Amino acid sequence: MERKTKVSAEDGKQEIIITREFDLPLELLFRAYEEPGIIEQWMGTKVLKLENRKHGSWQFETSDPQGNIVFKADGVIHEFVPNSKITRTFEMANAPFGVQLELLQFESVTDETSKLSIHTIFESVALRDQMLKLPFAAGINMAHNRLQEIVNKLK
Amino acid sequence: MNLRRDVFQAIADPTRRAILLLVASQSMTAGAIAANFDSARPTVSKHLQILTECDLLEQEQSGREIYYHLNPKKMKEVADFVEVFRNMWDERFNKLEAVMKNYKPKK
Repeated sequence: MERKTKVSAEDGKQEIIITREFDLPLELLFRAYEEPGIIEQWMGTKVLKLENRKHGSWQFETSDPQGNIVFKADGVIHEFVPNSKITRTFEMANAPFGVQLELLQFESVTDETSKLSIHTIFESVALRDQMLKLPFAAGINMAHNRLQEIVNKLK
Repeated sequence: MNLRRDVFQAIADPTRRAILLLVASQSMTAGAIAANFDSARPTVSKHLQILTECDLLEQEQSGREIYYHLNPKKMKEVADFVEVFRNMWDERFNKLEAVMKNYKPKK
């Protein structure tokens, strides 16, 4: 399958650039970042607050089926230009990753396709590297949980 | 990922998973690793021993200190981390695309 999502994380730099082309018109792509009800659907997180304006703030939270909070993040919106640009900060609660600056750029490619680039700047190279490794660590956790489920069924 | 039984046992413990995450970004001495946990030092040492025995961690002597780091052969360096990270975003964006197609006006 074609690699639609690209990640650039150069050694020794405190930034990550993620780009992706979508089979969606620009307006629809932007709505996916604008409307709380839609964000909840694709990100699987609860949107507690989302003020889409300069100096607005946002707050997301995810709970497991038992009601324990497993993910909580918030930040402020520095710039909000519909169908073009969102500049915001991102900070995960109870996590040692510091605050990140996120620059999201939305572009139209054709009438039916669009492109998103997310440029994330971290406080340090070490924090960026740690964040890059997070899905890997989560993968170890998931692999373990899956194995645990299989083992439990054998009991 | 093909997990052998010993690796499975190694990552079955939350403290050991936390240790792997800690040393993922830098080599650390046993003391520096232990400082991150409430457990007694010998308990942490035992965890380090198990992780080392199943090749998830490697030891490196530097002067009088022994540093622990992820075994690059088992964990193949940053490129693999980036690939897992990319996959996560790819899946997330695939979901976004699928969700948004429902909002497309019918022609």
